[in-house]
Amino acid sequence: MGIIKTDKLTFEYIRRDEEGNVEGITRAVDEVDLDIRQGDFIAILGHNGSGKSTLAKHINAILYPTEGSVWVDGMDTQDESHLWDIRQEAGMVFQNPDNQIIGQVVEEDVGFGPENMGVPTKEIWERVEESLKAVGMYEYRKYSPNKLSGGQKQRVSIAGVIAMHPKCIILDEPTAMLDPNGRKEVIRAVRALNDVEGITVVLITHYMEEIIHADMVFVMDQGHIAMEGTPREIFSRVEELQELRLDVPQVTLLAHELRKKGVNLPEGILTIEEFTEAVFAFTGRR
Amino acid sequence: MSLILNHVNYIYGEDTELAVHALKDINLVIPDGQFIGLIGHTGSGKSTLVQHLNGLIRPTGGAIYYNGEDIHDKDYDKKKLRSKVGLVFQYPEHQLFEIDVFKDVCFGPKNLGLSQKETELRAYAALKQVGLADEYFYQSPFDLSGGQKRRVAIAGVLAMKPDILILDEPTAGLDPKGRDEILDQIAKLKEETGITVILVSHSMEDVAKYVERIIVMSRGSVLYDDTPREVFGHYKELEQVGLAAPQVTYIMQALAKKGMPVDTSATTIKEAEQEILRALAL
Repeated sequence: MGIIKTDKLTFEYIRRDEEGNVEGITRAVDEVDLDIRQGDFIAILGHNGSGKSTLAKHINAILYPTEGSVWVDGMDTQDESHLWDIRQEAGMVFQNPDNQIIGQVVEEDVGFGPENMGVPTKEIWERVEESLKAVGMYEYRKYSPNKLSGGQKQRVSIAGVIAMHPKCIILDEPTAMLDPNGRKEVIRAVRALNDVEGITVVLITHYMEEIIHADMVFVMDQGHIAMEGTPREIFSRVEELQELRLDVPQVTLLAHELRKKGVNLPEGILTIEEFTEAVFAFTGRR
Repeated sequence: MSLILNHVNYIYGEDTELAVHALKDINLVIPDGQFIGLIGHTGSGKSTLVQHLNGLIRPTGGAIYYNGEDIHDKDYDKKKLRSKVGLVFQYPEHQLFEIDVFKDVCFGPKNLGLSQKETELRAYAALKQVGLADEYFYQSPFDLSGGQKRRVAIAGVLAMKPDILILDEPTAGLDPKGRDEILDQIAKLKEETGITVILVSHSMEDVAKYVERIIVMSRGSVLYDDTPREVFGHYKELEQVGLAAPQVTYIMQALAKKGMPVDTSATTIKEAEQEILRALAL
């Protein structure tokens, strides 16, 4: 069994009117089966309302399945005795950094998690240091969080999660509110956690170019997994993605459009290097 | 009809130890009917600038003229200014509050003192302009999807019939199709009504695709004010201030560097496609 496993995970929201009578039921997640290996970088795509965030909230037991099951590191999330172990092993980062930072000083904020877990003081400081270094924010440890840019705040949020020594980290649109530089900083930090520290990453995003290095991509639609595969496999299916209200990185789309005009480039090009090589290979063939 | 900023300065907490010089000597002319992109890193002064345009913030130095009148004159009608310069904040759907969509959009024109009939006509027209289907008009705004809520919020500002529409990151948090839909709708609205649109955005791709003029802010000053081609030609300088060019600009640069005879100034997929086809003589 992988670090995160779901079996026919189903979640239903019950809609109620103002008097509290049941108006209807929305199935936000519908029989999802996932099996994610320790150390993988997983991306989840899907349009607004496709069920991504609802799915993600099951992984650290914020929500519980209506039907089916979720296991984190072999622990069933519905078993209350494991609740705090699950929350420590599967950390979550949300969209808005301002809602996630509570400390007056960066290092205090990062220490909050381990402190609540009862980690001895000396070790808390060690963890704060290593976490801030892992996201490249150590030199800002004495800063007030409100003096930081969005990307810096978001990296502090991530440090706060990794100070709890999780095995996996779930990021729900962590870059949606950031400028281009902030987006780059956060994605770089997340990739380093995965590559260097071996932490399993589940990244939910609407920015296609952020996930070209993922091991596996899942595309959700109406609570189902509609597509799954490597980034190259997924991004080769441009029209299908567009029908699901998504797109592909600009470089992939440009290659796709040129292909339609008779420039025979391969589908699923992910980087500028691949693109230029393919164009020159094409001119060489002529 | 135009908005002119003349040597505008703004200092947060002026005369205190915590003073921050957020806008430094801003000179801009915003004529009628332009589609303008406003870009800059977090903290560059974009939002402070935008709040000056409808008089929410009074500059600590310099002046702002709308149609030739100083908007901070004692007798100037600020309420009217705010109906003419419409500002849609980030995540505007957080400001929806009425029991149904139609009532929510009526709130602005009603407060302008218009008759009920005129108010409702405007609300109806505004909801049509943002492309919201009739079936949603009498639903609670809170039952709509994120993209639909945002349309309702934008309609609420359009119902005031502004001459200038300022949108602060109107696509943040929307899926790619939702982003395109909102921006297509705004572009169409601009074509049809001749309204001036100022789009504050972190997406260089979106800015390149839609606007005719880009204003780049950095550390409280205007760094560039030019066409997308010219501005994104400075991609190295943009990177130094926390921005970037659209990915296609980098693609064209990479092709040129490897010796392909392409014009590197393309900023959209379409331009890049045409340029590469031309270079390949296809």
